[in-house]
Amino acid sequence: MSETSTTGGAWSFHGYELVVGLEVHVELATRTKLFSASPNRFGDEPNTNIDPVTLGLPGALPVLNRQAVELAMRLGLALNCTVQRSTFARKNYFYPDMPKAYQISQYDEPICIDGWLDLPDGFRVGIERAHLEEDTGKSTHKGGAGGRIHGSDYSLIDFNRAGVPLVEIVSRPDIRTPEQAKAYVSELRAILVAVGASDAKMEEGSMRVDANVSVRLPGAELGTRCEIKNVNSVRSVGRAIEYEAQRQVGMLEAGEKIRQETRHWDENDGRTHTLRSKEDADDYRYFQEPDLVVVDPDVEWIERVRSALPVLPAARRTRLAAATGQPVDGEAVLVVTERGQDSYVLEVAAVGGDAGRALVHVKEAFADQGDRPRVPASDLAALTRLEIDGALTATQAKQVLAEIVGNGGGDARAIAAAKGFEAMDTSELEAMVDAAIAAAPEAWAKFCAGEGKAMGALVGAVMKASKGQADGKAVTALLNARRP
Amino acid sequence: MADSMESPTPTTATDIAWNVRNNLVKATDVIDRHLAAIHDRDGEINAFNTVTADVARARAAEIDEGVAVGRDMGPLAGVPIALKDNMCTRGIPTTCSSKILDGWKPPYDATIVTRLHEAGAILIGKTNLDEFAMGSSTENSAFGPTRNPRDTSRVPGGSSGGSAAAVAAGFAPLALGSDTGGSIRQPAALCGVVGVKPTYGAVSRYGLVAFASSLDQIGPFATTVADAALVLEVISGYDPMDSTSIKPAVGDGTLDLTRQLEWGVAGLRVGRIADLPTGASPDVAERLEQAFDALRAAGAEIVDVQVPAYGYGLTAYYLIAPAEASSNLARYDGVRFGMRVDAADTNAMYMATRTAGFGDEVKRRIMLGTYALSAGYYDAYYGRALKVRRLIADDFAAAYEHVDVLLTPTSPTVAFPIGDKTADPMSMYLCDTYTIPSNLSGEPAMSVPFGTGEAGLPVGVQVLAPALKEDVMFRVAAELERAAASLVQGLEPA
Repeated sequence: MSETSTTGGAWSFHGYELVVGLEVHVELATRTKLFSASPNRFGDEPNTNIDPVTLGLPGALPVLNRQAVELAMRLGLALNCTVQRSTFARKNYFYPDMPKAYQISQYDEPICIDGWLDLPDGFRVGIERAHLEEDTGKSTHKGGAGGRIHGSDYSLIDFNRAGVPLVEIVSRPDIRTPEQAKAYVSELRAILVAVGASDAKMEEGSMRVDANVSVRLPGAELGTRCEIKNVNSVRSVGRAIEYEAQRQVGMLEAGEKIRQETRHWDENDGRTHTLRSKEDADDYRYFQEPDLVVVDPDVEWIERVRSALPVLPAARRTRLAAATGQPVDGEAVLVVTERGQDSYVLEVAAVGGDAGRALVHVKEAFADQGDRPRVPASDLAALTRLEIDGALTATQAKQVLAEIVGNGGGDARAIAAAKGFEAMDTSELEAMVDAAIAAAPEAWAKFCAGEGKAMGALVGAVMKASKGQADGKAVTALLNARRP
Repeated sequence: MADSMESPTPTTATDIAWNVRNNLVKATDVIDRHLAAIHDRDGEINAFNTVTADVARARAAEIDEGVAVGRDMGPLAGVPIALKDNMCTRGIPTTCSSKILDGWKPPYDATIVTRLHEAGAILIGKTNLDEFAMGSSTENSAFGPTRNPRDTSRVPGGSSGGSAAAVAAGFAPLALGSDTGGSIRQPAALCGVVGVKPTYGAVSRYGLVAFASSLDQIGPFATTVADAALVLEVISGYDPMDSTSIKPAVGDGTLDLTRQLEWGVAGLRVGRIADLPTGASPDVAERLEQAFDALRAAGAEIVDVQVPAYGYGLTAYYLIAPAEASSNLARYDGVRFGMRVDAADTNAMYMATRTAGFGDEVKRRIMLGTYALSAGYYDAYYGRALKVRRLIADDFAAAYEHVDVLLTPTSPTVAFPIGDKTADPMSMYLCDTYTIPSNLSGEPAMSVPFGTGEAGLPVGVQVLAPALKEDVMFRVAAELERAAASLVQGLEPA
């Protein structure tokens, strides 16, 4: 397929625009399951975290997990939602890994409604709702046709995952480009992790994204949408939406109609494939779950949860950008905040370090350090001060930093001294500059005539003479000062 | 023991517990006597699906040992109790009288089983029922019908017919049933015993195999009002395992009943529903009038009230109950427990298993309920039934502004012959006209034997009360019991 045009960041393909809404399922980081006391733990021996409720044994009854409600409230409030009186319903359908043959899910009265999420560039995506529901078990189909239930010899079911609490977060169809979709998923993930609602790992399935994709001519009614499933990474979110949008435009241009259907993203061939059409969809026969009562958090509870919310990623980026003088959606600010190292940078500044230099060092050298780097903030602060004072060049600082990171800390001044990175006094540097000019009269003449390129040779000569220890900026300044 | 030769053998739960607790009667003897009665006659009655003789004897021995060393073995010490076979008993088959649960032994006890055990009661067996509690005659059982001990050519009522028959036949002084639309009260009336449906949420449903979750409630059968009160005090109370269980602001939610039984009815206002649906046979109607007379004579005031929506209960019920059942019974899919009929693929296995495992009435209700919840029909059927349900609750609330309790027939007729209504489901459904509204409103109701009707068969009178007013309901029931004893056509033991 041909390239789409992205004039001014907008997605357009043969004149069509893209409309995307995302449904994101996240597993809540609760101690126990949504409706029983079995542990909510990934990776245990199959069918060990089970009980009569999890297995849907006759007579067993669900009891709602208060921690799950609280985490749903936390993430809802972090997404600027209204927390409201909510109920549970039964979604009825048969599947072997669905123990009761119905899923308990919030339906017409979800706990969180009407919020929004701002992308780092300021684009606002509406949140329609976030509701609680239980996860199903996990089936493994053996033999026959490639892991599908149809045609397999037998199936194994692990009910450890059955009853694990999920929140489904449904965006409004506000997203207009694959990049925005990716940014939405990244930002949502950051918020979920920040509030402790979920570990939100797409690779482990604790965060699952379904994309509702349609295309239309600008100003037209919404087109027929297709739901894309099995999108297992942020990168795939972008690829799958891009592919699907172009597929739909292709069909419309060929005079065909889009059928509303659920499609499966195939990571290997980079295409979406029909999974089931709307006509095949089950009639879920929703009705209110009679085994549970209304969940109606009072104002006091809601406000307690709200006041306990941590500073959210967007505010942290703003704070970091202000402290470092970097753009709020610049790469360094985004990366460092996503790693949760923003408060570390601020801490370095608080103990006297230079925030801007600290941000650069943390972004470059702390990728594997997590949100609580081992290097004491004061050690990094000392290093940045030496740089600012001109006692170390950028190159030297990098070498000192590598040693500090390797040792989990260290005195920058002592390390620099040990490496022989004594700051050169000005007279020593001036002598080197003069020597370089004397050794290359042609380059000096060109430099004086205004040929910028000639400066490189002169600076290079000084650096060589100083074995890389000279400060490039200082050398440039001296050269300029000597120009007649 | 010499004493037992001189004192009459205790038969009520209250007397058995008193004698066992005071070491006057051995629990082991009590159990043996009841097992002997079952052995003699249950071949004919078919009240039990399972008789837990060994477990019962072992538990009785424990009780006796405890009493011998002076321990308090509980308010029901040594009392045999039969449980409807839709209540989960750890390691003991729980069949719901359905083939689909063939071979299943629950790995856990229902909350009421634990409470009874702790109170010293002894499980003597699991009783027959209409499959999954769907029916009014106990004829819809995969294990054959239960017969009415008063006349074995007749049904015991249902769906808790096995429990009612067990108590009426003297197999156990106490039994528990479940009541979704009258399944305790109607068989109690037809077998001539006391049957109680408590307030929804007063007794934990944890471990009761669900038929219609918003209507199901566990309650007792007994030969006396006092016995029913005694066991209800044991099984009632808040249970954190049942979200719909009532958690009172004060206390543990246990009902306080036995000490009020002698308080009488002087000053109580007893309602007569002026617009009650017709259909009660003349013998039943006459007994109801005598019941009003008896209460008036005892000092109660009889007040006419209107409950206009009462008559719509039946139709609303036959949408709501099947709708919930269609979902509750979906788990019987052959995947994890019970029967499985193998087939080519999963869907075919589901279909073959459910086709072979469920009886006709269960299938009828699953289809009815599935239809009522389907897209495009929900509003017209299920949604509308919910509105009627609210109306009924509102009408009861309005009536209870003027009266303390209401009195109605329990069943329109006395026990009918086996096979009489099996060909016509609608005539069977009409058996529950008077009992269903209390399930829809969630309020308590009980049936008290009040003389006999046609063919000398027992008639029951139903006492209805507002939510959690079981104490008042039991006072009225106790008064009716006293009055019934003096009726010319009083009821002889079966």
